[in-house]
Amino acid sequence: MANKRFDVTHVPGAATIAIVTFLALYIPVLILVVNAFNGSDTAGWWEGLSLRWFAAALDNAAFRSAALNSVIVALAAALLSTCLATAAALAVTRGRQIKGQGSIAVILNQPLLVPEIVFAIALMVVLAQVKQVTGYQGLGYLIAAHTTFCIPFAFLPIRARLSGMDLTLETASMDLYAGRFYTFRRVTLPLLLPGILAGFMLAFVISLDNVVVSSLVKSPGQETLPTYLMGELRRNLTSEIYAISALLLFASISIVAASWVITRTKQ
Amino acid sequence: MPRNPTAAANESAVMRAETRRRWSLALPALTVITLCSILPLGVMVAYSFMEAGQYGNVQWGFSLEGWRAVFLDRDFFDDSYIPATAHLTILARSILLALATTALTFVFGIPTAWFIATRPPATRAYWMFLITVPFWTNLLVRTIAIQEVIRADGTLNRLLLATGLIDEPLQMMFTNGAVLVGMTYVYLPLMVLPVYAAIEKFDFRLAEAAYDLHASRLYCLRRVVLPLMWPGIVAGSILVFIPALGAYVTPRLMGGGRAMMWGNLIDLQFGQGRNWPLGAALSITLTLVVVGAMVWYARRAAKGAETNG
Repeated sequence: MANKRFDVTHVPGAATIAIVTFLALYIPVLILVVNAFNGSDTAGWWEGLSLRWFAAALDNAAFRSAALNSVIVALAAALLSTCLATAAALAVTRGRQIKGQGSIAVILNQPLLVPEIVFAIALMVVLAQVKQVTGYQGLGYLIAAHTTFCIPFAFLPIRARLSGMDLTLETASMDLYAGRFYTFRRVTLPLLLPGILAGFMLAFVISLDNVVVSSLVKSPGQETLPTYLMGELRRNLTSEIYAISALLLFASISIVAASWVITRTKQ
Repeated sequence: MPRNPTAAANESAVMRAETRRRWSLALPALTVITLCSILPLGVMVAYSFMEAGQYGNVQWGFSLEGWRAVFLDRDFFDDSYIPATAHLTILARSILLALATTALTFVFGIPTAWFIATRPPATRAYWMFLITVPFWTNLLVRTIAIQEVIRADGTLNRLLLATGLIDEPLQMMFTNGAVLVGMTYVYLPLMVLPVYAAIEKFDFRLAEAAYDLHASRLYCLRRVVLPLMWPGIVAGSILVFIPALGAYVTPRLMGGGRAMMWGNLIDLQFGQGRNWPLGAALSITLTLVVVGAMVWYARRAAKGAETNG
């Protein structure tokens, strides 16, 4: 009998729903990108492929300053949170259990336990006082806020990498009279690097995407790309908004694709 | 062998030094989180027990008015207490919408995770990539994308008008349904990821064994597959429910003032509402619900690990 082998992995309807889900996930994003390339004056009527809305956005000083702020904050927050998370991961991941190790781990993840809007408003309330006392209105507040919520994200891949790492390599290095610092620089750090890189990228994307914390913590007149976009949305949906959205989309996708390629080539 | 007292003292000194060294490594991160997250949360707890200032902010003095206002209103005419229906409606809507979002991401997410996990190993990574890309794309941008589809002069309406199925554009924005669609769209990957991880580990020989013993497809699914997928499903549900309950951006864009959620209500109290103690009390309540859900999940997961291992 030429009967097809009974397939246990087959569930009727699963593939159909899955394809519908993938289409539903991607079609709205594709429509948005197509709208960004629309040459028409009014959003919605198609008038041929054009880069005019990208040009309009790049020509817009408010957009440029928001983009610059976003990149500065994301770079600074990713760098700071990755350094802090690396040190913290080295403290809690390996070796003998130390006193209070559990509470360190809980505190490190605390920003994830609190709803984002609550974290943002609480910080806004406190920083309003700080702003009044110091008179400082710069990007420092945004960097501090973003660093805080990026720490747990940067911590995740670094800790994962560390816990899979062999302690004996470092012991061997120390046995060969390498100092603690030399061992860290020449043995631990190179082995840890993929984790640190992944943590940095994760923190960068998380910071770049943030809108709730940024819009509540920023000083008057200060904008990041997402807060600028949020402000523009309040007025009207224009093709320029689609162009800026598409730019943000490309930024995230290229970072995710880069980290995906990096982790795949490592395996 | 009797333990040498000097060696023991030595050992505890080494341990102390190591404890100190490692705490100092963690200290910078702990300081940042304490100053920027734990301290502000403490301030919120304190504010919830203070009196409201006339133009926002708080005044010194202990008061339970903030907490009272979460649940009870003063009657306009005789000053008696009546349920704060306006707030309670929003809180109830938030919980129901978060639950409905979890249910919808379940309906679409589980088959999707199943589909990906049953692909040949070589192509699985590519399917997973397609799920992770939306997960890492800007939440605001994805909300704008879904808004573009369902707004009055959006893609769906123009499509329906062009095909003649409707004569007038459907008004779908600023309703509970719009918020539900938006949140389902935005949080779906959070359901797929953990469920996929659970199915991928599933040993399909167990299902084969069940079929060999004449189990029906449904019986096998219910008694063999589902129990082993359950931890992934619970993790996915928690991952969707928690951000959905505290959602701010999506309900603001899709629901506006008409389908407000908990997060928007908090924001309102610190903005136009000018009732900071109430806003603080609402914030603490939301945090407690979220932390409660996570603790419940962590306990459950720990118990599950005990019984399985």
